[in-house]
Parts: sequence; C-alpha cells; structure tokens
Amino acid sequence: MTTGVEGRGTGPIKCVVWDLDNTLWDGVLLEDGEVTLRPGVAEVVRVLDERGILQSIASRNHGPAAIEQLERFGLRDYFLAPQIGWNSKSESVAAIAKSLNIGIDALALIDDQPFEREEVAFSHPQVLCLDADEVARIPEMPVFMPRFVTEDSRNRRSMYMGSELRDAAEREFGGTSDDFLATLDMTFSISAAAEADLRRAEELSVRTNQLNSTGVTYSYEELRAFTRSPDHLLLVAGLEDRFGSYGRIGLALVERGAEIWTLKLLLMSCRVMSRGVGTVLLNHVMRLARDAGVRLRAEFLPNDRNRVMFVTYRFAGFQEVETRGELRILESDLDRIQDPPAYLTVRTG
Amino acid sequence: MTERAKSVQDHIDTQIRAFIEPRFPGRSWTDDDDIFALGFVDSMFAMEVVMFVERAFAVTVPNDELHMDNFRSVRSMAALVRRISAGPKTGAVPA
Repeated sequence: MTTGVEGRGTGPIKCVVWDLDNTLWDGVLLEDGEVTLRPGVAEVVRVLDERGILQSIASRNHGPAAIEQLERFGLRDYFLAPQIGWNSKSESVAAIAKSLNIGIDALALIDDQPFEREEVAFSHPQVLCLDADEVARIPEMPVFMPRFVTEDSRNRRSMYMGSELRDAAEREFGGTSDDFLATLDMTFSISAAAEADLRRAEELSVRTNQLNSTGVTYSYEELRAFTRSPDHLLLVAGLEDRFGSYGRIGLALVERGAEIWTLKLLLMSCRVMSRGVGTVLLNHVMRLARDAGVRLRAEFLPNDRNRVMFVTYRFAGFQEVETRGELRILESDLDRIQDPPAYLTVRTG
Repeated sequence: MTERAKSVQDHIDTQIRAFIEPRFPGRSWTDDDDIFALGFVDSMFAMEVVMFVERAFAVTVPNDELHMDNFRSVRSMAALVRRISAGPKTGAVPA
C-alpha cells in the first residue's frame, strides 16, 4: 500500500530514505547475523544516484554494524547523513531533510513496516511512503524522473559529500565564520549562460524555491530564447572551493531596456546559503547597471518560502516603487554597491 | 518614563547585545557601533538578524521597515522593536 501520496504535491523527489532490515536487505541484521541484499535493490540505488537523486537511511539498528554491512555490499558511499539508531522514523526523516537542506516534501521513505510508514505519514504527510515490495517499480515512477540529468545532477552526491567534509572542518575550526570561510579558498564565477548551461539552469530554476525571487520557473526553451535575445542577459554563477565544486549555483535574468534594466529572476541554490555568497551575484548585476548608466529594478513575487530574497534586495538598498497585484517592483539607486567579500575570489567573463 | 517601561527597554537592549556579541568574538560593542561595517553583508546574515528580532520579540517586521539602517546597531534595532510593538506607523519612520 502507498500512503502519503494525497498529502504531497507532485514535485520531484530529491532524496530517497531507505529502511535496512527487510527493505534494503532480507533479514534482520541484529537477529539473523547474516543478511542478503534484496534482489534489484542495488540496481535501483545506482539508477537513482545517476539521476542525481540523493539517498539516505533511516533504520532502527546498531550504527557501526549496519554501516559495516553496507560496506560489505559496496553501497556505503551512496548514502548521505544516515540515521541509524533508535529514534522514531519521523525524527530521522526530519533530521535528513535538515542535514541535506532540502524540503521534507522532496523526500520519499521506503520501509517494509506499515507502522513505520504510518508514523512518518502522520507527522509528515508530505513525505512519499512506499512499501519495500514497490522498489522495483521506483525507476518507472514519474516523481523519480527528473526532466533532465545534467553533469551537476550526476555529481550531486559527491558535492554533498564535499559539503559533509566542509561541515566537519567548520566544527573543528574555532575562529569566526568569516575566518573559516577564508580557509575554504572559494572562487565564485559569473558568466553569460551558454547553450551548455541551459539544462542545468532549468534544473536550478525548478529545484530552487527558497532563494527564488519570483518563484517563476523557466523551461529550457524559454531560457534558450533569452540567451539569443539582445534585450536580455542571462547570467549563471558557479562556486568551487578546496573541497571541490558546488556546480552551478546561481541564475540571474535581466531584461535590458534603454533606461531601465529589470531583474526578472534572481535565484541561488540552497546549498550555498551558508557560504556567504548569496549577495554576490546581485551586486554584480548592480555594478553592470551602474556602468551602463541605467536604472535597476527587480521583480519580487512573495511566497511562503522566499522572504530571504526580499531581505536580500532590501538590505542591498532596493526600495519598493510599485505593486502590480502580488508582484512588487523594487528599485535600487545604485549608490552603495558592496565589493565582494575578502574571503572570496570573483571571476567574471 | 515609568520604572516598568524602563525595565522593558533595558531588557530589549540586553537581548540584542546578547545576540550580537557572540558573533564577533574578542570585540567589544557600544550600542551605536555598526554591525554591518566590519565585513560583507550577506543574505544569510541579513536574514539571521531579521529572524532574531522577530523571534526574540514576537513581532513581524513589516516590509517598509526591512531596511538595513533599522538593524545596524543595538540602538537602531531596539528603536525598531519599540516602534513595531507600539503598533503600526505610530513612531517615526527613518528617512
């Protein structure tokens, strides 16, 4: 039986959370001692990984024994932020969403126990809960099929692993946050979107909702039209540091009028929220507008998750000048434009 | 000012200082020092400051008050909290 479907939207699943005993493997590790992988499971794990869907574990088990067993099956590295212990599954699922910084409505749980599925569905009706015997059909289910698989989606797991290393480094570091960021040796790159960036740009616009200034998502075809339009500027931003690349993490769409430029869209990936780079792309567009001698406006459409973008605009000196229904039009006087932070190298071109 | 009003105001100031100080270890603050002057003002820091004010004082900062100048120092944040708590648009709105 499938529970939780009614409670969730139709958004794509970003992370699959596996139970272990009688779900990932046949048998109960602490009772039977020997367990065997359930047929087809390893293939599904690899397929999901190639599609850029993250995977984790929520299991009532002995942590070190379960990890050792996963290593024996050669599957350990596929699972991020595994929750193995005696917590309720609803707590484990919430901990995974928090640790990976993704919305709980983008999670699916696979568990053979009806009780566990009900317990998770009760606390988090947005989580898609599936029985272990449904594993084989997962690759065919539309919520597990991203529209595009890009280079960034294929590398998503390793990017998150880099992020776990960074978090560990940060916990060990005693100084201030800025001093820590300086140790990362970050390079932020901004360039006009090329054809090759567009699938990732679309994926970014579909996956990002917290840090999206209008909540509008653009299709590949629309984005391609913007790159060919003389009246538009489509910028993509990337970030890397000494632990590796974060991939493409930001997008800005500017409509260039003769006297006024309008930021139709500004978005940043949630993954870089704590890296102190959220404002860099906006500052870059402000500088371009000032150099072009035009006024700069920005469209903002509030939703229940993107207030941080409104604060970003307001703290960068944008004032509300007009409202059209729900849409707010903000304008900056371009008087004060922050230089990039000292802990970051910005490369443009 | 009544004794009670003064104690409420002291309490607001104390809570704001307790939020700011741990963020800048080894530095001492006066109530007028600019917390944004020291480094790059990032979205996350801006959001943190706004969320702190809203959670600590159980208020919602209206859009027209979401201005950097209102969060710049202990004094400006405390003035903002008093203005919002007093009800809409009763206090002076900074230019």
